[in-house]
Formats: sequence, structure tokens, C-alpha cells
Amino acid sequence: MSVVLWIPLVGPLAFAGLSLLLRGSALRRFVGVAASGAVLVSGLLLISTVLNGAVPTSGGGMLRADALSAYMLSVVGAVGLISTWGGLSSAASSRTRTAAGYEALIALFLAAMSLAVLADSIGLMWAAVEATTIATAFLVGHHRTRHSLEAAWKYVILGSVGVAIALLGIVLIYAASVGTDTPTLSWLLLSQSGLGLDPALITAGGALAVLGFATKSGLAPMHSWLPDAHSQAPAPVSGLMSGVLLSVALYAILRIQSITNLVIGPEFLRTMLSVGGLLSLFVAASLLIRQRDYKRMLAYSSIEHMGLMAIGVAIGPAALPSVLLYILGHGLIKATLFVISGRILKVEGTPMISDVRALLARRPGLAVPWLIAMAAIVGFPPFSIFFSEVGIIMAGWAAGLGGVVGAALVLLLVIFAAFTRLTVQMTIGAPPDGVAFTPDYSAHGPRLPIILALATTATVAFVAEPVGTLLLQATAVLGGSN
Amino acid sequence: MFETFYPQLIGLCTGALLLTSALMVWRHSLLASIRLLGLQGIALAALVAVIGIAEDESELVFVSLLILTVKGLGLPWVLAHQSKASIKQIQESPRLNPTAALLAVTLLTILSYVVVSRVFGLGDTTTGHAAPIGLAMVLIGFLLLISRRRARSQLIGFLLLDNGIATIAFLTSGGVPILLEFAISLDVLLVVLILHVFAGRMRTKFGGTAVDQLRELHD
Repeated sequence: MSVVLWIPLVGPLAFAGLSLLLRGSALRRFVGVAASGAVLVSGLLLISTVLNGAVPTSGGGMLRADALSAYMLSVVGAVGLISTWGGLSSAASSRTRTAAGYEALIALFLAAMSLAVLADSIGLMWAAVEATTIATAFLVGHHRTRHSLEAAWKYVILGSVGVAIALLGIVLIYAASVGTDTPTLSWLLLSQSGLGLDPALITAGGALAVLGFATKSGLAPMHSWLPDAHSQAPAPVSGLMSGVLLSVALYAILRIQSITNLVIGPEFLRTMLSVGGLLSLFVAASLLIRQRDYKRMLAYSSIEHMGLMAIGVAIGPAALPSVLLYILGHGLIKATLFVISGRILKVEGTPMISDVRALLARRPGLAVPWLIAMAAIVGFPPFSIFFSEVGIIMAGWAAGLGGVVGAALVLLLVIFAAFTRLTVQMTIGAPPDGVAFTPDYSAHGPRLPIILALATTATVAFVAEPVGTLLLQATAVLGGSN
Repeated sequence: MFETFYPQLIGLCTGALLLTSALMVWRHSLLASIRLLGLQGIALAALVAVIGIAEDESELVFVSLLILTVKGLGLPWVLAHQSKASIKQIQESPRLNPTAALLAVTLLTILSYVVVSRVFGLGDTTTGHAAPIGLAMVLIGFLLLISRRRARSQLIGFLLLDNGIATIAFLTSGGVPILLEFAISLDVLLVVLILHVFAGRMRTKFGGTAVDQLRELHD
């Protein structure tokens, strides 16, 4: 099975090369979809292997897929598939040279993210996360307008400085391991107890590494690149960044936490992540109330959800299955929303909420899926985000973090109200009098990925076998007994 | 013979690293900053070579050659790769005046000595004794990133930050594994190339590379 570990790395790279070679072919537009498909299929294969009790490794132990890695790889593939398939470009526009670079960079991004979750080395994981900055820089600046250039510059500077801080942390963690018998960066070895790692170096290293990866996962106060980048990037790229990049950065934090917990206990990172999480919820709440741009609205929603996930990580093992389910649910729904937002932007020609009115009456083909996905993102059952949020809050209460989850609940309520108001503004209501219109039932793009994403998130929380088992196994990997 | 010179050689290399960092804050001309960055890359390569010879690790000598090509020659060449006449005219007008900036550099250096000796307790070996220099370079890099207005000057701040991290890595643990060293160098090189391209696009779109103009996106 160890060959499967190479498919999500080599497959997308091969497709990226193909995209550059297929001159003027309309087939090129399927490169992103094919790359995501390769990642998803190998993720599912690895999950089935892991559930049978095996842990595939390859490349001299550099690549390794335990339950957590296999699950994250499947999330990368699934979110990638929804984003790229939903945002499929037209045959005509895919013949240009910019389209070739665009598709190749998307495939490169997917390969880098797969490497980040499969690498059994904090260093290699770091290099892969930094490589995504490189792949997404030109994707954010794809439209080549003043705004997208500004967003791309801020994204690359803040992203690489943040990731450089993480590198400093990783260097200190390595320095701590040099004092032991086996100098290593493998988190498998580092997260074994009894190594005798230097607590002072691990504290400083862990704090810096978490701070760095928190920048990449959009936690306040290092979030300022996120709304700009998400609002200026093409819709499928926004979906990929929100659903994949932020989640993989959170995965990195989970891995670092499993190392620091053994040496210095959970309290230190718990405080850091709780503060970051609450601050993110606060920033999202205060900027969502008066939001005017619907793509920025979705970006702040990502900050909100990452904040709540960070609180879940702070709570510890009891909340981790909910956090992992959250990563999947948020990724799929956010990719769907960004894809639909891209279509609304294309047909309406404006990103302003106030200019898009009565969408349900005028364009039911777009408004109906938009409303369903909005209901899912604010946390209505039966969508899995509801169960994740309830799971995190219950676990926090049981773990004695009642104050933190109480404050989070209040902020969630504010965000819920703001979201409802903005969505109602866009969709409900009658068009202005005297303007003749015919309802537009077209979905302006493939319907199937949207239906698949919504159906998956609506049912996944009810599937105890194998989803529940997998989530518990993944939590056990991180040192939790629950 | 080498053992007697070893602490002095380490001191010389790290001293050169700190001196170039401070000069980068002091000088406002872009070309001078780029040349200082090249010198700093050479000093870093020398430091790695000295540690490699002292620890008798041929791998580190190879890494030192890699650093010399990437940081000492490659990156400065990329940054200076436009007509010398136009780059000579680029003068930075930073938010801090030179006196205040140099004072800040002094304070940051003292701060990093305090932090490293108190928190990490690394002061017992020759290399551990020099480790605060790396942290000081990281902090000075941040200072440049915050106080400079031009896109390319910010880029130099980022590279100084990266050099600082590399210095800490070599002084505390003799460097990270070599495969990782490759990956990191490649990543940094690509980030610099991307930012360089963006700085070029910025000049055509905004008619200048002052980062202050990037104020259109906000809530």
C-alpha cells in the first residue's frame, strides 16, 4: 500500500506538467479536477488501509499515513474536487496561456498540501506549507488588477513572515532534540514520551511554531491577509484556500501540540489557542455586522470557524473528533459557497451585497443552493457543522472551560444574526416595481458538485461506521485516549 | 591549532553578521542594502564552514557552499538585476530616522542576549554563546519590515529575518538535516522571485513601489 502514498504527490505534479504541455486544448480545464480526484481516491484508499490496522510508510519513513493523515488527505481531495469541479472554466477560456498556468498552479497547490499532511517530519511539513504560499501567490493575483495585486503582496509578505516564525520554532524544537540520543524532526519520534527534551526550548519552539502556523490558518490577530486574499482570488481558489489551506495549517498546530503536551503539559498552548480563538470570533463578529461585500463576508466566516476550531484544539482530546468533523464540514460548505459566490459575481457583475437584491425571485437557480449552504454554514442541523459546534461546546464545558465556550457562544449568536440579515438582504424580497423579469433557473455551472457537497455534509454526522471510528482513531494518534 | 582559533573565528563570523544587519538599518540606498545582504550571505557561509570543520562534518561544508551560491551570490544578483543607473537612484525614506533606528538595533541586540541567556540557557558552549546574534538578526529583520516603505526594502527585511533563523539553526543544533536545508533554500528563493515579480507589476500598475499605496482594500 505504500505506493498509494506517492499518488497524491506525483499525480497532481504530472497533471500540472500536462496542463503546460496541452497547448490550446480544451481538455486542460479538467486538470484541477483530475488532480483533486487523484488526491481523494488515494485518501480513501489510505483510510481503508488504516481502518484495517496498518500504517503505510514510504521514502525511508519520510512519508507516513496514520488515521489523521489519511483523513486530512481525503479532506484535501474532497474540498479540492468541489472547488475545481464547481468552478470549471468554459472550454473557450481554457485555451489561453494564463489558463495553463492557472490549472498547473492549482495542481501544484494540491500536491504541496498532500505532502504537508503525509510528511512524517515537521521540517518537510513546513517546506510543503511554504510551497503552498508560492503556488497560491500568483493565483491570488490572477486577475492582475490593482486590488488583486495588493491582496497578493500582503498575502505573500504576511504568509511568509508567519511561516518564517514557524520555522524558527521548528529550529528550536530540533535544537531540543539534539540534546537527546536521536536528533530528529519526525513528529512520530518527537511525540513519544520519555525523550528528555529540554522544556525551555520546547516551550519557546512550540509557541513560535503555533504562532507561525496560526498566521497561515487565519487566526486573529494575524488574520489581516485573509479577507483581502479570499475576496480577490478567483472563486475556486478562495474555496481551496479556505477549505484546504487553513485546515492544513490547523493540522500542523495539532501535530505541534501533541509534542508540546508531552513535555510541558497542555496548559500553555491551551491559553494561547483560547485567546486566539476568541479574538478571531470577536474580529469576525464585529466586521460581519456591517459587511458590504459578500466574498469578504465568506472570508470573515472562515476566520470565525477557524477560531471555534482553535478553541476546540485548546480544549483537547474530548473535542478533537468534533474538530476533525468540523474541518470536513466547513471545507465542503465553504467551497460550495465560494463557488456559488463566483457565479453570482459573474452574472450580477458586482461584489456588493446591497446591489444584489431579490435573488430568490430573479435567479432561483443560484439563490436556492446559496440559501441551503448558508443555513449549513451558520450551523443548522442536519448539517455536520451543527454537531461539531455542539460537540466542541459540550466538551469545553466538561473540561472546565465554561468561560471560554460561554463567550464563544455569545459571539456565535452575534455572527448568526449578522449572517441571517445579510443573506436575507441578498435573497428575499421582491424586485423593484415596474421592472420586467423572467426567473432564471440556470445554475450557471455544474450542479452536481454542489449537490454532492451539501448531501455529504448533511449525512456524514450520522454515519458512525466508518466515520466515527476513523475520527476516534485519528484522535488517538494525537495522544488522546478518548 | 584550529581549536585555539575556533572561538575567534565564530566570533568574527557572527560579528560580521551583526554588523551587516546594523548597517542595513543605517543605509538608505537600495543598492547598498543589497550589497550588504550579499556580504551577510558570505559571512553566514563562512560561519557554517567553520562549524563544519570544527565538528568534522563534510555535509556542513557542502551546505556552506550552497549558502554561498544562494545567499551570497544568487539572491543579491536577482535583487540587483535591473539597470544599475535606476537602482542607484532608489533611496528609502523610512519611518524611523537613522539615530532612532540604530538605537532600536542596540536595544534589540541587548534584548536578545537577555532572552537567550535567561530563557534558553545556551551560554555554555562557544556556539551557544553566539546564538543571541541570530535572534538579534531576526528582530532587526522585523524592524526593517515594519519601518521601510518600499517593496524591495521590505523584501530585504524578510531576507535578513531568514538569515537570522538560519544563524540560530546552525549555532544551536549544527543546522537542520540537509534535505530540509535544500527545501528551505528553494522556498526562500522562490518567495523572493515572486515578490520581485510583484514589485515589478506594482511599478507598472501604481507607478512606484511604495507599499503605502496599498491601502485600497479594507473594511
